[in-house]
Amino acid sequence: MKLPTPPIPKALKPKPARPGSGSSSNGHANGGGNGRIHDLRPGTSDGAGNGGPPSKKSPGIDRAKLKEQAVEVPIGAAAWLDERSGVSPLVRGMLYRKVPRGTNWFYTLGSATMFAFVSQAVTGVFLAMYYNPAPTEAYESITRISNELFLGEFVRGMHKWGATVMIILIFLHMARTFFFGAYKYPRELNWVIGVVLLVLTLAMGLTGYLLPFDQRGFWATVVAVNINASGPVMGPYLADFLRGGSEFTATTLSRFYAIHMLLIPGLIAALIGAHLYLVAKLGTTAPPWLKAEKAKALTKEEV
Amino acid sequence: MNNREKEDYLKDYSILKGEGKSFFPYAVAKDGGMAVITMLVIIAMTLALGAELGPKADATTTSFSPRPEWYFFFLFELLRVVKPPELTFVATIGIPTICLVLLLMLPFFDRGPERNPLKRPIATLAGITTIAAMAYLTILGARAGSPTEIELAAVGQEDGKRATASSGCLGCHRIGENGNEIGPELTEVGARLPRQAIARTLVNPTAPMPSYAQLQKQDPEKFQDMVDFLASLK
Ligand code: HEM
Repeated sequence: MKLPTPPIPKALKPKPARPGSGSSSNGHANGGGNGRIHDLRPGTSDGAGNGGPPSKKSPGIDRAKLKEQAVEVPIGAAAWLDERSGVSPLVRGMLYRKVPRGTNWFYTLGSATMFAFVSQAVTGVFLAMYYNPAPTEAYESITRISNELFLGEFVRGMHKWGATVMIILIFLHMARTFFFGAYKYPRELNWVIGVVLLVLTLAMGLTGYLLPFDQRGFWATVVAVNINASGPVMGPYLADFLRGGSEFTATTLSRFYAIHMLLIPGLIAALIGAHLYLVAKLGTTAPPWLKAEKAKALTKEEV
Repeated sequence: MNNREKEDYLKDYSILKGEGKSFFPYAVAKDGGMAVITMLVIIAMTLALGAELGPKADATTTSFSPRPEWYFFFLFELLRVVKPPELTFVATIGIPTICLVLLLMLPFFDRGPERNPLKRPIATLAGITTIAAMAYLTILGARAGSPTEIELAAVGQEDGKRATASSGCLGCHRIGENGNEIGPELTEVGARLPRQAIARTLVNPTAPMPSYAQLQKQDPEKFQDMVDFLASLK
């Protein structure tokens, strides 16, 4: 909740608009608490120095007042946002939900995959600023990125190796959910979404390989599309769609580019959203070797 | 899982969850740590390995090797396992499709309540076998170099030999001591196929082999050298 919202003028601030102290939503509860702590601190320190309440004394620059404002502004902004969006119970629910006992480092693989995807998106945007998907220009623009641009080769390298890292992470994450039995009831749907994400991620690797338009990528892509074409029923159509016709032409490259930087990333982002919605809703599994020890004790107590 | 087992699971789970810690900051801290590690690994790989760029793509084929990214080796190398050309589609389309469908449907046929990997030996073994097979194929793919040399003595066929060596055939085919074993061996193609058949295959190959029609159009002499050389392999 650290969105950079412009501060609201004091006059417009709904001063007493903190309904139900703390009980209604997180933003308020936290805000109130923080505010009080910071109110106290400057008060005491100033008190020792000046011997009086600092707030109403001088109209000039007042450190205590500045500090107070520094605290008030983000709180005010959060409250402002919450009043208009009602989002803070959601955020609170997300952040303060419990993860089961025994949650370990294996559970970070999913978020690490997502992080790698974000890294790919960021470096990809920078590459897209200089890349030109025309057969006569593609290779040259990549050479320019590598040799002439400040940090160009570094960004390209991060995109290239980021792909490798993302693929490794997605397989590790899948292995984790497989061996932990996390695909079982009630998380079947999340597994299915995950498999689609896996296919899309591999498709990213495939379509990206052609873009530098060097020999390796070009011929590997020719072979890959040939393989597609040999598939039954859908095969030839899929191959024609990828090539933009029955031959490799100039269209093929820009088509791969559009698929690689718009179509598939959009799908992946949307599906990660669905995946995470389900994770938050259902909760992550506990490690399969843990049993709820208190189960019986608790039920007895309740009865 | 029947309804009873489902309820038991949900009950157990809610207790385990109740015994757990808050997502923020505990899980967030771990995720953040992992994100930092991920970033550092990417940067380290970039600094150590750079971003190479091969020669520019050329549809008239000189010196290429149609090799995929390493994470597709396991698919590519399936071709090495499935030998007869009539069965190529089994390796290229059949097996991957079946595996994908199995993967997608996994939660719908493996529905037992047990989750501990040690107590569901079939699933665990199947998982380990799959990983081992993929690792094996990936290592095969990584070890298969992309040689561009042919060490056969080719009497009066030096041009053809050079054309063949530089046209990527060895990325998939074996000729004598050199080359890979993804496609059929070519050491004695001349004995198996007449010249015209070889030329026809080059122009109009069966997938996944790329076509050499462009080469024939733009450099007919080189193409002819290649056909002559291949036809002479007996
Ligand atoms: C872009 C790719 C993916 C992203 C960003 C992603 C992200 C996540 C995250 C953040 C979680 C939370 C728990 C954890 O991190 O372990 C999760 C859980 C899960 N993911 Fe993924 N995932 C991806 C791909 C996959 C794939 C390929 C599969 C399997 C085929 C999969 C199956 C699951 C399942 C079953 C859960 C629930 C695990 C549990 O409750 O313990 N995900 N995913």
